[in-house]
Amino acid sequence: MSELQLKDFYDGFRNPDVIGGLAKLINEEAKQLPHPINIMEVCGGHTHSIMKYGLPQLMPQNIKFIHGPGCPVCIMPKERIDHAYILSQQEDVILVTLGDMIKVPGSKGSLQDARAKGADVRFVYSPLDVLKIAVENPEKKVIFFAIGFETTAPMTVALIDTVIKRGIKNIFFHINHVTVPEVMVELIDSRDEHVDSYNNRIDAFLGPSHVSVITGAKIYEKFPKEYNRPVVVSGFEPVDVMEAILMLVRQFNEQRCELEIQYKRLVSYEGNLKAQQLVEKYFEKADLFKWRGLGNIPESGYKLKNEYSELDAQIIYDAILPKEEIEDHKLCICGDILRGMANPPECTIFGTACKPSSPLGSCMVSSEGACAAYYKYGNLLK
Amino acid sequence: MTKYVTLAHGNGGEENNELISKVFYKAFENEILSKSEDAAVIHNGALAFSTDSFTVSPIFFPGGDIGKLAICGTCNDLAMMGAAPKYLTCSVIIEEGFAIRDLENIVRSMKKELEINGAIVVSGDTKVVPKGAVDKIFINTTGIGEIQQRGISSNNITQDDVILLSRDIGRHGATIFVAREGMDFGSSLQSDCASLYIQVKALMDAGIKITALRDATRGGVAAVLNEWAKQSNICIEVDEETIPVSSEVYGSCEMLGFEPLNLANEGTFVLAIPKQYAQRALEVLHQFENSSNAVAIGKVSDAYIGKVILNSSYGTKRFLDLPTGELLPRIC
Repeated sequence: MSELQLKDFYDGFRNPDVIGGLAKLINEEAKQLPHPINIMEVCGGHTHSIMKYGLPQLMPQNIKFIHGPGCPVCIMPKERIDHAYILSQQEDVILVTLGDMIKVPGSKGSLQDARAKGADVRFVYSPLDVLKIAVENPEKKVIFFAIGFETTAPMTVALIDTVIKRGIKNIFFHINHVTVPEVMVELIDSRDEHVDSYNNRIDAFLGPSHVSVITGAKIYEKFPKEYNRPVVVSGFEPVDVMEAILMLVRQFNEQRCELEIQYKRLVSYEGNLKAQQLVEKYFEKADLFKWRGLGNIPESGYKLKNEYSELDAQIIYDAILPKEEIEDHKLCICGDILRGMANPPECTIFGTACKPSSPLGSCMVSSEGACAAYYKYGNLLK
Repeated sequence: MTKYVTLAHGNGGEENNELISKVFYKAFENEILSKSEDAAVIHNGALAFSTDSFTVSPIFFPGGDIGKLAICGTCNDLAMMGAAPKYLTCSVIIEEGFAIRDLENIVRSMKKELEINGAIVVSGDTKVVPKGAVDKIFINTTGIGEIQQRGISSNNITQDDVILLSRDIGRHGATIFVAREGMDFGSSLQSDCASLYIQVKALMDAGIKITALRDATRGGVAAVLNEWAKQSNICIEVDEETIPVSSEVYGSCEMLGFEPLNLANEGTFVLAIPKQYAQRALEVLHQFENSSNAVAIGKVSDAYIGKVILNSSYGTKRFLDLPTGELLPRIC
């Protein structure tokens, strides 16, 4: 008997015949659309998939993608990257974070630059690897610079839980976890100095895959109900995305506005309750979290609860961490790109002053950002 | 360019090229160097000359070790210019405390690989440095080979050529990463580390005219194709589904978020062969175990000069870019 292989889990979801078949259905049924639709894929993983597999080339003229703000690295403001940079410069500190953070520049440089200058900066795949680093370096303070959406927050709290239960004294946390629904609201219903979403062109959302595994689809319930935007929670593979788009087309054609789940093999309505409870045990919402390109968004980020402040690097190192706001680059139009009001090539610094190797704006920072995906994969037409 | 060297500058991709062109080429510029071939062609086209340093971690890995790699790496660079590897030098920098037994094992692999290539080490150097000054052992080899077929160059590829690939890709990079991370997929994943002159010789013996060859080391097949597109001023169009990737490599890429096309290989090469010789070239390659799945992967066009296009099997296309950022540290 042949063993089950990893590829068995995704092979079918990249099947050219299935993709072609779905493309045909979408193009056929989109003829009935009451108006052209702009679909925002909220999650950076979807942006990457959509660009990598060239899915916009399979869409009819009246369906467009808007690439959303769902890349935790891209939206990290310079202020917070500076925090990581400054912490890494402390004599007895090992700064640990997830690999994606490596090249994101703050005002002082990236963590890659900090490391090149001698700072002890390490990158892990799993937050639990921090335990090993802390055990091997008992004389050092190991600070985990925690990033990510609802997907990675449970991994961080699992580490916090272990640190507390085992009484480990040399692991600390700088929490930068953000949440999806608040930024979605911001993009379609905000009027403040940073984001005026009055002219946003988002008609529907593709709901994130991995975030929704943790949170459940329930977090998107308000978008069809209160904001008149249908949501289909989709998987990352090209077949998933194509099927989710077909589901959205059918909602518009049948004049429905609903929350649906395409990614049923992993996402439920309630989500992973155990993970949610653990997150709630240690984290609470911060009043404001600043998003690069979008500004301060209320209750869109987590912080450690007060009773765990002895683990909170932001409190312990309060005296050396800068508080001043740093403005985004003046020419950068990431805010407009994120609301579907502009495309990356319309930006004057796209591909010239702003490139993946030297990003100025949030959307160019990681391969999941809209600008970086355009730059990397090009936007080849049919 | 940044003010400090970062690990991204060693990735075999964009930053690496920038470092080479803005620092080294700027200082050393000459006609031979600026050809940017795998090995320099010297002595009126009679000899190929190349050097490479090896810092892989772990030093012993499934499918090879740093010694085998040190011989394969330099000999393959010579072979890619159609040269028979002949004379090598070998410099070793060893960290104090290194086990003599490990050193003997490494040298034994080097000897075995030299025999396969028909080459000998004719000069060497040994340095021992205090603990921490290097990571265990670094090896440099430099080699001279006798060119058997003249005119092979990455600068001469035209629309008359077909792009072939000698085998499935990404094995070395995936193996090293899996070994470094201590991951166990319970698989038979092994580095492709191997000497390639035997295959190159067979191609030449069969009377096949070779336009260009390049082994897809750091930066992987993506880097080779991009370098060729720029050096020869052409567009290379590749059909994604034709590129063989083993399920182990594909699986580890899925887990770790890598692209097989960006992963390093140490016994895999890309060929640009005139159309009329392509079929015969594949037949020759298929006679060897480590190129038994050699395939044609694409063609040359003028659609987007200097760019590589990847065509999907369902009718979309995208650019295949040079790898950027930090890839797997110290894979060779």
